Amino acid sequence: MTAPATTKKIRVLIAKPGLDGHDRGAKVVARALRDGGCEVIYTGIRQTPQMIAEAALQEDVDVVGLSILSGAHLELFPRVVEELKSRGIDDVLLFCGGIIPEEDTKALEQLGFSAIFRPGTNTQDIVKFVYEHVQK
Amino acid sequence: MDNLVERFLNGERRALARIISRVEDGSAEGREYVRQLFPHSGKAHIIGVTGGAGAGKSTLTGALAGEYRKRGKTVGIVAVDPSSPFSHGAILGDRIRMQDLALDPGVYMRSMASRGALGGLAPSIEGVVAMLDAFGFDYVIIETVGAGQDEVEVAGMALTTVLVNNPGTGDDIQAMKAGIIEIADVLVVNKADHPGSDVLVSQLQALLSLAPPGQRRPKIVKTTAVKGEGLEVLADAIEEHREWLTSSGTLHDCRKEDAEHQVLTIARQILVERIQRSTPEVELQKLVERVAARELDPHTAAEQLAAAARE
Repeated sequence: MTAPATTKKIRVLIAKPGLDGHDRGAKVVARALRDGGCEVIYTGIRQTPQMIAEAALQEDVDVVGLSILSGAHLELFPRVVEELKSRGIDDVLLFCGGIIPEEDTKALEQLGFSAIFRPGTNTQDIVKFVYEHVQK
Repeated sequence: MDNLVERFLNGERRALARIISRVEDGSAEGREYVRQLFPHSGKAHIIGVTGGAGAGKSTLTGALAGEYRKRGKTVGIVAVDPSSPFSHGAILGDRIRMQDLALDPGVYMRSMASRGALGGLAPSIEGVVAMLDAFGFDYVIIETVGAGQDEVEVAGMALTTVLVNNPGTGDDIQAMKAGIIEIADVLVVNKADHPGSDVLVSQLQALLSLAPPGQRRPKIVKTTAVKGEGLEVLADAIEEHREWLTSSGTLHDCRKEDAEHQVLTIARQILVERIQRSTPEVELQKLVERVAARELDPHTAAEQLAAAARE
């Protein structure tokens, strides 16, 4: 059975900003979304905010998921959002995951992140979140 | 229709990205974009990069694009990775090997999932390549799915096909078999810093010497793409092939073959859609059931479907 050529697929960019090199979480999420039927663009570790925004633009993704474990999310995430906006991208679904303290939740919500997935999240919840929030 | 076409023609990359998505999804909107923008295509040199999984296609594609940037040329890249046959999802990881180009305004790189297409490409790739061409890139590079022995489709679309080989992956009889090796306009021995690369080069040379006289022999180029070695020679070999295409008159034949392939592919798609519209799913299932039960042969069943679809 082959997929019909005319199906719209959800395209997701999974990116790791900053300098931490631990990408197991990002890979687990990418794999879960792949198994959920999404087309997942994975760009590898150590991405600058500019690189992430440029990849989102060129790949015309519906969703951007950021993974971070270094603690620099309040430094880097606003810059990613800024770089996206400067390219006219204001309609992508944003989510993030990693080691992110509860007290930072509000700041990230205000930045436009629709969900934060912390260690212990069921990957199916992430897939469900993406399908529920992407407008087709 | 929105003003995407106008923005595309003004060189806005976001408009290009949006239009590619519509074309990739095969929507009516996508077809309309191709209709409007196709007349602007036909100027880029289209290069196909193919070879086995892990041969270094992505790294080589990135490094080759880097070489073209040094020469002051712009490059559009479309890289295909496989879709899962079960979930239809995909992991598209070719950008990882092209980080150096990530912020270069003269390069646009797009990942595509194969979405069930055979032959190492993706269903709407002709349209996507035409859009990159129409956008005005000097070179468009198509990187295929990791190809085995028989994925030769890319040669129909590319003007110059580059086949990436590695040392230590088989003896000379492997290379003598028909199929993918025959489509190469330039043969690359990548990972040339690994042992056995000179042996592979001489095996390939021996193989090429068996070709019938009068046939153009592809150049063999050694590269170590991760270190950026051999890229100048490769770019020159592609240029040499490009000049030969023009001087021998082959260029016109290539374009015509590609056009024929595209027209027939789309016509086939239209007929399949027509069949799907004229025969309800329930009827189709009944027919298929009868074939499965051996009450009917597949030819008769297909003829019935085709007859019902006649307009």
